[in-house]
Amino acid sequence: MKQTTAVGSPRLRSRRRHDVGDALFLRVTQAFALAMVAVVLLALGVTARSAWPAVRAFGLGFLTGSTWDPVADKFGAWPFVWGTLYSSFLALLLAVPVGVAGAIFLSELSPRWLSGPVSFLVELLAAIPSVVYGLWGLLVMVPWLRDRVQAPLNGALGNWPLFSGAPYGVSMMAAALVLAIMILPIITAVARDVLRAVPREQREAALALGSTRWETIWRAVLPFGRVGVLGAVILALGRALGETMAVTMVIGNRPEASISLLNPAYTMASVLANEYAEATGRLHVAALSGVALTLFVITFIVNGLARWLVWRVAHRAGGSR
Amino acid sequence: MSGLAGSRTSLRRRLTNLAMLGLCWLGAGLAVLPLVLVLYYVATTGLRALNLDFFTQLPRPVGEPGGGMKPAILGSLEIVGIASVLGLLVGILGGIYLAEYPNHRMVQGIQFTADVLSSVPSIVLGVVAYALLVVPMRRFSALAGGVALAFIMTPIVLRTTEEMIRLVPGSLREASLALGAPRWRTAISAVLPVARAGIVTGALLAVARVAGETAPLLFTALNNQYLNFRPDQPTASLPVQIYTYAISPYDDWHRLAWAGALVLVGLIALLSLLTRLAIRGRALE
Repeated sequence: MKQTTAVGSPRLRSRRRHDVGDALFLRVTQAFALAMVAVVLLALGVTARSAWPAVRAFGLGFLTGSTWDPVADKFGAWPFVWGTLYSSFLALLLAVPVGVAGAIFLSELSPRWLSGPVSFLVELLAAIPSVVYGLWGLLVMVPWLRDRVQAPLNGALGNWPLFSGAPYGVSMMAAALVLAIMILPIITAVARDVLRAVPREQREAALALGSTRWETIWRAVLPFGRVGVLGAVILALGRALGETMAVTMVIGNRPEASISLLNPAYTMASVLANEYAEATGRLHVAALSGVALTLFVITFIVNGLARWLVWRVAHRAGGSR
Repeated sequence: MSGLAGSRTSLRRRLTNLAMLGLCWLGAGLAVLPLVLVLYYVATTGLRALNLDFFTQLPRPVGEPGGGMKPAILGSLEIVGIASVLGLLVGILGGIYLAEYPNHRMVQGIQFTADVLSSVPSIVLGVVAYALLVVPMRRFSALAGGVALAFIMTPIVLRTTEEMIRLVPGSLREASLALGAPRWRTAISAVLPVARAGIVTGALLAVARVAGETAPLLFTALNNQYLNFRPDQPTASLPVQIYTYAISPYDDWHRLAWAGALVLVGLIALLSLLTRLAIRGRALE
C-alpha cells in the first residue's frame, strides 16, 4: 500500500493532461464495484419486503411455531431451524476429530511423497458438486445405512430416544454423514495451513525437552494453532448450515423436530429447495422468504465469527515475527 | 530424534504416542475414503450408462428407455455463460478499482459486501434472484438462473483480481508512470498483463464453482424437457437434471443421473486442470 501512495506524486505533474482518461477509468471501475453493492442492498430489500407479511402475521412465533401447513396458511419454522442446527452440529461432531487428525497428519507426520497427493485429493473432495454427493448418498449410502446400521441399531437400542423410530434410511443420520463428508476438506485444508504456520522452534523446543512426537503436537503445536483451528471449524459450520442439495436428498424431508437420528427431518435450505418453485399463496412465499432471511442471518453471524478468528490469528502471527 | 527420546521415555508415554499417531494416520485415511468411494461409484456406474445418446438425445418420458441430456448440457452452458459475462465483468472491473484505489473510503465497504456475499448460502441467492427477476418477469428463465450464479461468481472473481493486482511489484507501476503514461494506461498496459495469469485462474475457479451449483437454479432457471436457447424461458441444466433423475424412483433415470454426474465431475476436473496449468504457466514466466 505504501507503493500506491508513492504513485500519487508523479501524477501531480501530469494531472491536467490525463484528467479525462483517468477520470473515466476511475468512474467505470468504481461504477462496477458499486453496482455489486447496490444489487446486494436491493436484493436484501426485496427479500425482506417479500417476507414482511409472514413477520406481521406470526411475529416471533414464526421461529418457534412447529406447524408448517401451507394448506391452512399456518407457518412455524422451528422444525427447519432445529433440523439445520442439529444436522450441522452432528456433522461437526463427526468431521472435526477426523479433519483435525488429517490436518495433523499432513502438517506433522506425513512423508513428503504422500502429503502432496493426499492434499490434492482433499482439495478435489471440496470441488465435487453437492448434487453428486447427494446422488451417491441417496443411491449408495442410504440403502447401506438402512440395512447395515439403522436396522441393527434400532433393534438393539430402539427404546433410546436417540435411536427410536423406524429405520427408513433417509434420516437425520444420513444427512449428518453426508454433511460431515462435505465439510471435512474445509477443516482439513484450513487447519493444515494453520498448523504449518506454527514456528519450527516451537516443535524443536518441545522435542529437545524430551517430549515424544505426540506430546510435541499436543502441548506445543496444537495450543499455538488453537484459534486458527477453531476458525476453520466455524468456517465449516457456516458451510454446513447452508448446504442444500445433498441434505435435501437424504434427510427425508419431514417437518418434525426430533432428537432421534433415525427419524426423517427437514432443514431450512431443504424447505426452500422443495417448496419455493411451487409456492403460490402470498403467505406461503412470505414464510419461505422469512426462512431464507433467517438462514442468511445465521450464516452471516457464524461466518463473521470465523473471519474474525482467522483475522486475529493472521495479525497475531504477523505481529510476533 | 525419536531414538534419543525413546531411550528414556516410559512405556506409557511411548504407547500413548504410538496410539495417537496411529489415530492421526487413521484420520487422514478416513478423510480420503469418501472421495475414493464417491469417485469410484460415479466412474463405474456413470461409465456404464454413458453413450453417444446421452449427448445427442432429448430426455424420454418415463418407461421409454434411453434418451439423453442434450438440453441440460446446452442449457448449463447457456446459464453458466450468462453468469460468466456478468460475474467476470463486475468482478474484474470492480477488482481493478479496489486494487488501484486502495485509499478510497468506500473500498472497505465494497470488500465487506463481497465477503458477506461470498458467505451467503447459494440457495438464499436463488431466493434473491427469484425476487429480483422471476417475480417481475412472471416466468422462470435462464437469465434469472445466470444472475443467481453470477451472485456466487462475482465476489470470488473480485477478491482474486484485487489480490493478484496487489501482488504486481510497485516498481513496475512507477516505471510506467515515470515514463509519462497516465494512470489508466499504466493499469491496462503495465499492471494487468502481469496479473493476467492470476486473474484467469480466479475466473476459472469461479466458473468451476458455479458449474456444479444446483440449489440456486431450482426456482430460477427451473427445468425444461426440450431444447431452448431463449434466455427468457425456463431452461434445463445438468445439475438440476441430475437432481430430478436422482430423486425419481426409476432405475433408468438413476442410470442417466450417474452418467450426468460423471460428465459434470469430468467437466469440473478439466477446469481445475486448466487452473493448475495456468498457475504453472505463471511460475515458468
